[in-house]
Amino acid sequence: MSTRTQTAPASASNAAPTAGVGRRSLILYSAGALIALVLFALMSPGGTATFRLSAASDAFQIPALAVPVTPAGWVIALLLVAGTAYVFSLRRAGRGVPGWVPAVFAVLFVSGVLIWMVAEATNPSISLLSLLTGTLALALPMVYGSMGGLLAERTGVVNIAIEGQLLLGAFAAALGGSLSGSLVGAMVSAAVGGVVVSSLLTLFAVKYQVNQIIVGVVLNVLVSGLTGFLFGTLLSGDAGLNSPPRMPNLPIPLLSEIPILGPLLFNQTVLGYLMFVVVAVLWVGLYKTRWGLRVRAVGEHPKAADTVGIKVNRTRVMNVLLGGAVAGLGGSFYTLVSVSQFSRDMTAGTGFIALAALIFGRWNPIGAFLASLLFGFATNLQYVLSQAGTEVPSHFLAMLPYVITILAVAGLVGASRAPAASGQPYTKD
Amino acid sequence: MSSPTRTPLQRLRRSGALVSVLAILASFIVGGLLIAFTDKATTAAAGYFFARPTDMLAAAWDAVAGAYAAMFRGAVFNYDATSFVGMVHPLTETLTAATPLLTAALGVAIAFRAGLFNIGAQGQLILGAIFSTWVGFTLELAWPLHLLLVVLGALLGGALWGGIVGWLKARTGAHEVILTIMLNYVALNLLGYLLNNALQREGSTNPVSPVVNASAQYPLLLGSDFRLHLGFLVAVAATAFAWWLMNRSTLGFEIRAVGANRAAARTSGIDTFKVTVLAMVIAGALAGLSGAAQVNGTEKFLSESIAASIGFDAITVALLGRSNPIGVFFAALLFGAFRAGGVTMQIATGTPIDIVLVVQSLIVLFIAAPPLVRAMFGLNDRREKKSKKPKRAAGAPATVGGDQ
Repeated sequence: MSTRTQTAPASASNAAPTAGVGRRSLILYSAGALIALVLFALMSPGGTATFRLSAASDAFQIPALAVPVTPAGWVIALLLVAGTAYVFSLRRAGRGVPGWVPAVFAVLFVSGVLIWMVAEATNPSISLLSLLTGTLALALPMVYGSMGGLLAERTGVVNIAIEGQLLLGAFAAALGGSLSGSLVGAMVSAAVGGVVVSSLLTLFAVKYQVNQIIVGVVLNVLVSGLTGFLFGTLLSGDAGLNSPPRMPNLPIPLLSEIPILGPLLFNQTVLGYLMFVVVAVLWVGLYKTRWGLRVRAVGEHPKAADTVGIKVNRTRVMNVLLGGAVAGLGGSFYTLVSVSQFSRDMTAGTGFIALAALIFGRWNPIGAFLASLLFGFATNLQYVLSQAGTEVPSHFLAMLPYVITILAVAGLVGASRAPAASGQPYTKD
Repeated sequence: MSSPTRTPLQRLRRSGALVSVLAILASFIVGGLLIAFTDKATTAAAGYFFARPTDMLAAAWDAVAGAYAAMFRGAVFNYDATSFVGMVHPLTETLTAATPLLTAALGVAIAFRAGLFNIGAQGQLILGAIFSTWVGFTLELAWPLHLLLVVLGALLGGALWGGIVGWLKARTGAHEVILTIMLNYVALNLLGYLLNNALQREGSTNPVSPVVNASAQYPLLLGSDFRLHLGFLVAVAATAFAWWLMNRSTLGFEIRAVGANRAAARTSGIDTFKVTVLAMVIAGALAGLSGAAQVNGTEKFLSESIAASIGFDAITVALLGRSNPIGVFFAALLFGAFRAGGVTMQIATGTPIDIVLVVQSLIVLFIAAPPLVRAMFGLNDRREKKSKKPKRAAGAPATVGGDQ
């Protein structure tokens, strides 16, 4: 506990990731294997867990997947034990863990949890399809939010105001959609709503150099108050200002007929398809283009970037504004797809989860996307399982995403680092 | 990223009380504009603005003045009331509303000074409330002892929740913003679970706890006409403690040193691990105290909405008070007044209480950016414009945010 042995959080961000396997991840692997062994194998509830793979209305019917719980539990537990042993042997050899190991480990563990939870339920049968489609739907605003946050944070501006951007986006989509009567109008308004929050963020954080976290927190309150106030005065009237058009699903012919994948990926709204495009474009943009290199340079070492002629503050402002547009667009999901009207604080903290997903995903578009999916999955699991009548109290299921995040932030990505200059205003000397 | 720590007095002089007053004024003006523009009578009169502009201006003035006057009547002094009790009742409501805000904000402020951005007052408050409820209705003890145990329970619950954050932050370097946000949700779900199980009132299907025993309640200070309870004096004592801690104690010095520059503090031999954990433990304990004020003072029982938005308002209060206990005290009074007055305003004039959030957040934003306020009121002289020094916000230490 002395200062000498303690790994300082401050220096953790500067230290290069060490090659070998950290003690912390060893503990995590061992704990995972142990839990699996006890819970899935030794304390297996037995019976079969049924996963329905197609809806009754589908053209192609696939038989439901019936998993014998105890054998499956043993197989998964033993695989996880083997995985842990492999990691231990890698550590002894002084080598790093290949990237697929944690991924496979996590997938196995989650399937184990899923089988165990379904088997525990009074009606051990769930629809895998609705679990997955629900996951994607719940993840959608998180993905947009984390992409918006990512654009800002990569240039070194901490964006806590994602929640506000989503909320104002949702509000603006409802208002703009009602006024213009068109979906395009609604989506443009949503983006503008996000940009408005962003411009306030840049005004205070970049121009007046107020602490970025403070601005973000206060902006969330401001947007919550503003939209709540306007909802109570402007939208509640009978002028029909809170009746935006509904965004239809656009199934892609043929592709949407594919079992499981079809309804999941090829029967989306415009926002749904656009989400994949945004993630892909951001990833390519950040890592493969000159623009991305500049953005990352500004976030990591603004002074060096400035020296080679990159306009630091202009890059920051542009990116924060762009991020606002992306997050605002994500907010339109609430009023155009999810529910077709605005209500007070309807984003309900999703922006904060998006922020967590961003950090969990190590400031990488793909990582943040996957982290959002994980949160969406954990949230939706709670709904699906409570329908199946699970023994696990719903409040504990609801806690799951947050506990996972805490474990992840403390255990797995504790050493991952934010862009080096994040939170620091830049003034040219 | 280090800035020399300034004494509160120097900071006050630098920022200028004038800027604070103007910031509040500007926020009320913006709020007033919002009220006017959404007022039905005003928008109706705006239709013939060019024919009779005075109509619209009069309607707007009526709307804004009506709303703000109702807020004043609800928060400070009700000049419409017929009895003395009715007249001063609003002021005691303000103090009652300020009580939980004050202790939670003190906690947030102390964490700020240690360079920790504690968004977790909400969760810490909930844990404090859970503990004080449990102690409050399960034990059968004499009055002062029982209440003392309740307060200890609340401190413990909050300290636990804050301590987890401090320990994880110090041990693993995990970002405290994420940790506290997540723990807020965990606490909320824990509360929901307990209210449907162990803490549920017998024979009730609603998620509410039993009423805490009379021996576990803060006694009323001014008789049964007013809700003001002993918790307010406890909060005042907590303010004094926080002031002593931050300005007179060794730990307070260490907290400020770590907040100003973590690396330098470590180099000079301060145990940053200990300081980080302790700062969060104290912050959590103070927020837990707010839980006791809510359960054992104002509400008398635990419900899912026990924390309302106190934990989040506490952040704004701490920012407005510039993380300085005395400043936090007055900021909490102001926000308590907003809360009490906002309710009256909503009932009296139908103006949604959300306008209070707008005004509150604008105040913090404006106070954090003095050049903007000066520009708005045309106070910027040329010299000031030239030397555009980075102005750090409201007492937040340099190391808040990015892990540098």
